[in-house]
Amino acid sequence: MENAPYTEKVIEYFQNPKNVGEIEDPDGYAKEGSPACGDMVSLFIKVDDDTHEITDIKFKSYGCASNIATGSIITEMAKGKTIEEAKNITWQQAAEELGGLPDMKTHCSVLAVDALREAIRNYEERHGIGGEKRETTLEVVRKRLRHVMNPMTGLDVIKTNLISDIEVEDGKITIEVDLEEDHQFASAVKEDIKEKLEPRWDVKEVNVIFVGD
Amino acid sequence: MKDEIIYLDNAASSKMDEEVFEAMKPYMLDNFAVATSDFAYSMGVEAKEALNDAREKIAGEIGASPDEFIFTSCATESSNLALKGVAEKLSDDGDHIIVSDIEDFPVLNTAKSLEKKGFDVTYLDVDGEGFVDLDMLEDSISEDTVLVSIQHGNQEIGTLQDIEKIAEICEKNDVLYHTDATHTFGRVPIDVNEIPVDLITVSAHTIHGPRGIGGLYIREGTPLKKQMDGGFQENDLRAGVENIPGAVGFAKAVELIDEEENERIKGLRDNLIEGLIDEVHDVMLNGPKERRTPQNANITFHYVEGESITLHLDMRGIAVSTGSACFSKSLEASHVIMGIGGDHERAHGSVRFTFGRFNTEDQVEEVVEATSDIIQKLRDISPLGKEKEE
Repeated sequence: MENAPYTEKVIEYFQNPKNVGEIEDPDGYAKEGSPACGDMVSLFIKVDDDTHEITDIKFKSYGCASNIATGSIITEMAKGKTIEEAKNITWQQAAEELGGLPDMKTHCSVLAVDALREAIRNYEERHGIGGEKRETTLEVVRKRLRHVMNPMTGLDVIKTNLISDIEVEDGKITIEVDLEEDHQFASAVKEDIKEKLEPRWDVKEVNVIFVGD
Repeated sequence: MKDEIIYLDNAASSKMDEEVFEAMKPYMLDNFAVATSDFAYSMGVEAKEALNDAREKIAGEIGASPDEFIFTSCATESSNLALKGVAEKLSDDGDHIIVSDIEDFPVLNTAKSLEKKGFDVTYLDVDGEGFVDLDMLEDSISEDTVLVSIQHGNQEIGTLQDIEKIAEICEKNDVLYHTDATHTFGRVPIDVNEIPVDLITVSAHTIHGPRGIGGLYIREGTPLKKQMDGGFQENDLRAGVENIPGAVGFAKAVELIDEEENERIKGLRDNLIEGLIDEVHDVMLNGPKERRTPQNANITFHYVEGESITLHLDMRGIAVSTGSACFSKSLEASHVIMGIGGDHERAHGSVRFTFGRFNTEDQVEEVVEATSDIIQKLRDISPLGKEKEE
């Protein structure tokens, strides 16, 4: 089919995805997206502590063909690279490697690239490397929350003003979310926030409070 | 793509029956005249007769007189004419119209367009199976209400509204009632002598007729403003040279449908639903079990995404559609699934299978088998639902 939206390579990776699965006790882990708002990718890495080389990498996808194919290609590209090298893999490179992706599918495929970077960041945070053990400031928290999805809109919680207040004090973070406690998405949002902040080396406690009425 | 495809997207459009094509052919190659007055050359007179015969046949299907039926280019045009035509004609009497939340785009977006022009539109919520609440409908009708437009059968989840009761409520309250019957015409009987509905949108291409032809039933005396200026064709309600081959094909399509076929399609549909529920766990039927169009099945497969499912099915030669946001050009999840209280996740994994004349029992078996296999494959790579499977 000449006008098919996907290249042969995308279809090949979609049908026979590489590096699918989970790693027990991963050195780095990330989950990007959320089932409520669309695609979701989880990604696991094993890293050699001395060489910082990614020795194993696995992913799982709840998503469309471009999401699955990008997860597949990105894991292949990252395997054997150092975390510094892997961090620099871009969506454009992944898309190029796949022979191109439809423009409108950018969002779904970027998730896989985000997941790789987040998994590396997760590894770094756990080991206090990169960014010279950067302190978790209010600004850092806001930046991290940009990776938490507002399931009602599919955009992040900062952009959609779902966060009404953030306090950071001595490793204790308190976040007020403008949702009712019994809202159908409350627990998903809470879990996502905690997942993004708790692994940081200087974070002792993350409290999520629902203040919606 | 396989040579022979299993086509289960008949609600989108259906394969034209060869008999329909044969019936149309003479009006494309031999008789190409317009439908002239009775006093013109004979080819024109014959063309006019063919058009009128077609009109009579189609109108008769719903118990209407031929004077109450006009041809349009498609269901979209019919619904545009019905809604805008009534709203604009009656704008001195009132400016309020009522539609349901899960209407197909021709009605929904026409209502939105009228809203932009200053009309007041109520979008009625539906329940978990897609039904409009009749009390809510009656409560929504005010002095300013001029038109209610609630579909007969839903395009995605097959819900069959109780149009008889809806029509009675409208009649009692002196409000006009339009129904979009694109997905029921020919498949579910409607009799305008029994049901006091004023306007009905119908289409040919969903019942193995040609594309490019639709129709609108207009009960005698219904006020309607012509939307497209030009000649005086179609009771001076729809200008433009008549599509005679289309009309003839439409009539043939109506002639070819019978109760037996509808029962057979319903049987195939039921077997598919049963097969999928048996073979694949964690699935849910969207829409009602009983009061639904005979050709429609809509199923959500949890933990997996619809575009992935349809793509895999396509590779095995099976054509279906999905309510997943990833599948749509707008990246918006199905407003119907969201409208019945579903969330993005439910829309995300929803697949619509719609049957037609050319589907067989063997195909159902093949589809159940292929779908079951694909869902398993996709669930193996999905990060969701693992705890459920253990």
